[in-house]
Amino acid sequence: MKILIVDDFSTMRRIIKNLLRDLGFTNTDEADDGNTALPMLRSGKYDFLVTDWNMPGMSGFDLLKAVRADENLKNLPVLMVTAEAKRDQIVAAAQAGVNGYVVKPFTAAVLKEKIEKIFERIQ
Amino acid sequence: MSDSKQTRHGLDPEVTEKLQQQTSELVDSVNSGDFARAMTVINELSEVRDQSLYREVGRLTRSLHEAIRNFQIDPRNAEQQEALSKMSDASDRLAYVVQMTGQAANRTMDLVEESMPVAHAMRDEAQALSVEWKKLRRREMEPAEFRELYGRIDTFFGTLSEESDSLYNNLSEILLAQDFQDLTGQVIQKVTALVKEVEENLLGLVVMASHVDQLTGTVHQIEEREESAEKGVGPQIKANEREDVVSGQDGVDDLLSSLGF
Repeated sequence: MKILIVDDFSTMRRIIKNLLRDLGFTNTDEADDGNTALPMLRSGKYDFLVTDWNMPGMSGFDLLKAVRADENLKNLPVLMVTAEAKRDQIVAAAQAGVNGYVVKPFTAAVLKEKIEKIFERIQ
Repeated sequence: MSDSKQTRHGLDPEVTEKLQQQTSELVDSVNSGDFARAMTVINELSEVRDQSLYREVGRLTRSLHEAIRNFQIDPRNAEQQEALSKMSDASDRLAYVVQMTGQAANRTMDLVEESMPVAHAMRDEAQALSVEWKKLRRREMEPAEFRELYGRIDTFFGTLSEESDSLYNNLSEILLAQDFQDLTGQVIQKVTALVKEVEENLLGLVVMASHVDQLTGTVHQIEEREESAEKGVGPQIKANEREDVVSGQDGVDDLLSSLGF
């Protein structure tokens, strides 16, 4: 299971990386915005994408849309971990095909629950 | 003319009085056929308009200087030249907050990452020893095995107290790493006070500028700029008081399940 973590703050990437490691996912890479993430996703054979929304350069929402529009990536499970809490945004993310939505600040339990739920549905 | 009207047009009472006086003089001269006099009055009228405009511009310039002094960004002042302004100081202060919080977060995570394997190793060894111990209690242990267990328990007690110390030290360092809160809190309070001050001064400037606009009849077309939800707007403040914002993970889950996701 190879996971890409996308967030512009290295602290948040590190927190997510640690939580994922606790859940048994040790194979993780990091990117700091959509523009860096997209080429990595296209060439890196990732199984799961965890992304923030608000980032300089390409936002997580645009990254989600780019992933869904890409023939090779369209089925990649995407979990959004973000401070964006507007109802319109959550609906838009769901309509764009997000698999899970975790709002910051979050707990390890919530992250675990959402990730497990996503994998349950896929299997 | 009523007081409210005077304020709306931004004209001084003496200017209004002069305008009224000149207008009736203009009507009189036209009615009496004295067109040369009428032309002079028209010239005088436009002079009154120009003069009140100049006066307002003068007032605005003085107020602008006052406002700039309040911002303390007057580069002629040698003392201020060094720090240049409270504003650049404020951005330095905020950069300091970002730096401090970043350092604290990384220091904390370093210590946590250092401690986790220690805790794991302690648990693993305790579990392994417990299995051996139960074997001993069931009297299923060979003397050679017992001798090995004897030594292993001895080592375990040694490492246990050592590693507990290192965990304790890491925890108290994590505690200390939170001291940024006090420093950043003070800095942010200062910057907040400055922002309030700047806001008040800016408001004064806007009011002044609108006087000049009214006097000259200038209308600005200002485009309304909305935050782009697509780009992301960041954390929501006072989420509990707002209808368009969820107040936490439960809100997100409820919303998504109500949509059938």
